[in-house]
Amino acid sequence: MTAAREKAREKEYDDIPGTFVFDADRSRQGYYLNMFCMSLMKAENRKAFKANEAEYLERFQMTPEQREAILKRDYNRMLELGGNIYFTAKLGATDGHSFQHIAAVMTGSAQEDYAKMMLAGGRSVEGNRSKSGREARAKPAPRGAAARSASKTGAKSPPRPAAKRGKKAGSKRG
Amino acid sequence: MARIIAGVTSSHVPAIGAAIDLKKTEEPYWKRVFSGFEKSKEWMANAKPDVVIAVYNDHASAFSVELIPTFALGCAAEFPPADEGWGPRPVPVVKGHPALASHIAQSVILDEFDLTIVNKMEVDHGLTVPLNLMFGSPVEWPCPVIPLAVNVVMYPPPTGHRCYMLGRAIRKAVQSYPEDLRVVVMGTGGMSHQISGPRAGLINSKFDKAYLDGLTRDPKKLTRISHLEFMREAGAEGIEMVMWLIMRGALDDKVKEVYRFYTVPASNTAVGHIILENIERKTRRRQPASTRGGAAKEKRAAAHAARRIAVRSKR
Repeated sequence: MTAAREKAREKEYDDIPGTFVFDADRSRQGYYLNMFCMSLMKAENRKAFKANEAEYLERFQMTPEQREAILKRDYNRMLELGGNIYFTAKLGATDGHSFQHIAAVMTGSAQEDYAKMMLAGGRSVEGNRSKSGREARAKPAPRGAAARSASKTGAKSPPRPAAKRGKKAGSKRG
Repeated sequence: MARIIAGVTSSHVPAIGAAIDLKKTEEPYWKRVFSGFEKSKEWMANAKPDVVIAVYNDHASAFSVELIPTFALGCAAEFPPADEGWGPRPVPVVKGHPALASHIAQSVILDEFDLTIVNKMEVDHGLTVPLNLMFGSPVEWPCPVIPLAVNVVMYPPPTGHRCYMLGRAIRKAVQSYPEDLRVVVMGTGGMSHQISGPRAGLINSKFDKAYLDGLTRDPKKLTRISHLEFMREAGAEGIEMVMWLIMRGALDDKVKEVYRFYTVPASNTAVGHIILENIERKTRRRQPASTRGGAAKEKRAAAHAARRIAVRSKR
């Protein structure tokens, strides 16, 4: 990517942590990836894809990175490369997964833990508003070990007991 | 003259549809959600609208990335349920109201809203789930429904202000339709949720409750919420709450909040629901057509005058 294009990609909403906004650039970049997902609406295509995934993907003019993300079921990478969640969810459905399974995968947590988090009121917005911290309206909770070790795009999970949080540092984000 | 009697907003979480289709509504998890709509179904049965205008968004069902209309008004005679990958939902075909829909299209386009006219379209859970929540699961939907699909999938969706103003243009269009129709406008989607990326699972009840308050009392304040704020505070997909402002714009400035329900979660989403009635023209039980003529009109005018006198004497 050239410097100019890199700069054009700097957007105010990129400051929101753990979020890939499906904007015009991503829509353009991910056109064939999303059209691939759309093709999975048809049973015969689902069958062909499952029979030979790599071969099926050849039908769509995707980049090697996009193909790799699909084959690895790296849902966050798909979003980063222009996939849209309403489209990539069709890939999850083709694999026989519930949406909550895909959501859990994207947050790097076990589905059971993710479901528990939702039942407990979901992921708090506190501490999850802004990467730069500029827009953190309320005082964010003191950052624990888990928060520090979360990846750069990671979002913080609801507060957990300190001991538990320390023990599971790095493995739990949702 | 056609008139808008009330507005309803409701989340359209796909899992709610799945719970209905798989008969899970009595399970404790789902009962918590569905019990919140019991009163709403009663209200709707009582309100008996002649037409519903349903503002919703398509989820890569009717529109892929090939065609992304910002506002698409369904002018067809019917809209079959879409196959979203598991076969079409077992719900009735949505019957449209082509005459009113094309009248609205013509009126709002001349009012400078360049919407897309759709004469063939399948509708997904975004539309059918709220219909289930308000009408239950009848063999046929009790009235025609005009779908208004709004792009909230690709950024940027229309602004909240634009949505609100479109609502006002729709109100004007409905009021200029000659037939005596009682119309309910539904806004769907929301409330706070993010279903994409590592921040998935985000819920912001404080934002949601303030949004519900604002919807009743100060919708113009809500029209100033930026897209950035929606995404930051209510989640990347929570931005779809702009659609509620089309409903609100179609109502009078002052409305009566008759019902509200809020619960977390349904799957990954905060469920919010509100019913707002236009004050001057209260929802009333439909009378037989024969008694809706001059006499009933006079009676209403007298009652209206009496109310105004009562208000004055209170001052």
